[in-house]
Amino acid sequence: MTGTPGAPGGTPTRPAARWPARRSPARRGGRRAPVALLVPAGLGLVFLTLPLAGLLVRTPWATLPERLTAPGVLTALRLSMVCATLATLLCLLLGVPLAWLLARVDFPGRRLVRALVTVPLVLPPVVGGVALLLVFGRRGLLGGWLDETFGLTLPFTTTGVVLAEAFVAMPFLVIAVEGALRGADTRYEEAAATLGAGRWTTFTRVTLPLVAPGVAAGAVLAWARALGEFGATITFAGNYPGTTQTMPLAVYLALETDLEAAIVLSLILLVVSVAILAGLRDRWIGTS
Amino acid sequence: MSIRTTRTALAAAAVAALLAATGCGGDGRPADGGGSAVGGTVTVFAAASLTGAFTTIGTQFEAAHPGVTVRFNFAGSSGLAAQINQGAPADVFASAAPATMTTVTDAGYADGEPTTFVRNQLVIAVPKGNPRGIAALADLTGPDVRVALCAEQVPCGAAAGRALTAAQVRLTPVTLEQDVKGALSKVTLGEVDAALVYRTDVRASTDVDGVEFAESAGAVNDYPIIVLRDAPNPAGAQAFVAYVLSEPGRAVLTEAGFQAP
Repeated sequence: MTGTPGAPGGTPTRPAARWPARRSPARRGGRRAPVALLVPAGLGLVFLTLPLAGLLVRTPWATLPERLTAPGVLTALRLSMVCATLATLLCLLLGVPLAWLLARVDFPGRRLVRALVTVPLVLPPVVGGVALLLVFGRRGLLGGWLDETFGLTLPFTTTGVVLAEAFVAMPFLVIAVEGALRGADTRYEEAAATLGAGRWTTFTRVTLPLVAPGVAAGAVLAWARALGEFGATITFAGNYPGTTQTMPLAVYLALETDLEAAIVLSLILLVVSVAILAGLRDRWIGTS
Repeated sequence: MSIRTTRTALAAAAVAALLAATGCGGDGRPADGGGSAVGGTVTVFAAASLTGAFTTIGTQFEAAHPGVTVRFNFAGSSGLAAQINQGAPADVFASAAPATMTTVTDAGYADGEPTTFVRNQLVIAVPKGNPRGIAALADLTGPDVRVALCAEQVPCGAAAGRALTAAQVRLTPVTLEQDVKGALSKVTLGEVDAALVYRTDVRASTDVDGVEFAESAGAVNDYPIIVLRDAPNPAGAQAFVAYVLSEPGRAVLTEAGFQAP
């Protein structure tokens, strides 16, 4: 009985012991990379980083300090960070349970629900913004009711920015977490259940820790997408310095008059976000 | 509007297919027997506010010059100027503001001096029927009147700033939109009570009414047009600009709500 891998009677330490054994051959295989992979990989890297080099070439280094301290830049940066983080938290709060539902519960129409979740991915963000207005706007399906009942208006507010960003970013989180859940070994959950754990305890104590890297990756994707969000934000939340003008909006407007200002703003956003992502990766994901 | 654009694109594709099928003109330009060397494709970069009028003018121009195809790139003037300055292969540039045109002429990409072909005036766009009874700029400062303006970086925002200064009206908009269509759509969707947009935008929309205001004379934008130095089709470019300035061209622009310069 102990020899059968599927037996739930086995101690949970048994399958866990297989993780390192599974990983090490893959690592050894990375020592000599085939040319057929190296060449396209290099091309891919160049393709992704060359535009960044273009930005760096045109950066007005001499006037950089004064541009950095120009009024409004830090406000927009802070607003971007706060909104993207709040949007990511909202995505985690709603998206992880949704991903669990899609991965673990077999209900009728699951395929349709899964397709619906990806709608914000294919929807042009501007259309997403209009759609949000049609629901949460002053004349929207829920917006009018929210306004009359609670005096709550969402367009043109910072809350509106968070909602718009969460709308476009959540699919990234749901897809990443669902993928992690499907790849995870369900025998741990079964073992927990046999040992008397309820579904909630199993979820918080076994499932979540198991897919933590997937959740982290999804959160990073969602945060990055929220940080760069432009179309849905300007359509749903508008553009006003201090309340709804995030960095991408500031960049777009700067582009109208001053290419160099736009480049500096983009560079700030890039450097800060890359620094944060790299920092998080070392600390929490720990894959390096 | 998009249907028109699609139609133009379809017409362009049909003409191209016809040319290919008949073997007419090896390089895609029909061999022109007469003295006029107008042919091929004319690429026009035009401000977004010209979309309706220029699409019509393009169709008429193609009818007047058989064998010629007009291709449009409609976008914000500043974006178009940036594209031209980065080497986009355009024949004609029509901008919604002289300042944007200056970035192209200063960079040396223009052939000759720009001509002002129309002017566009700001009006207050309000939801159909004007439910808030807005009659002047001062009415926009009411405590619960939500107003959308264009950002000062784009032509409609600069013009709005001039009008508000002239009227000595200080107002706090809820949003500073990236272009005039963004400001207009906020009215169309009922999210704001008023927006300062061009008269042509109000004319083209069935969902909003326009309120003219006294100070709008100080909020008029000149639209310059020019043939570009590196135009792949200089003869076609000249002919198109001439058509825009001609009587039939002006008629289309006036119909759209533009004013003569």
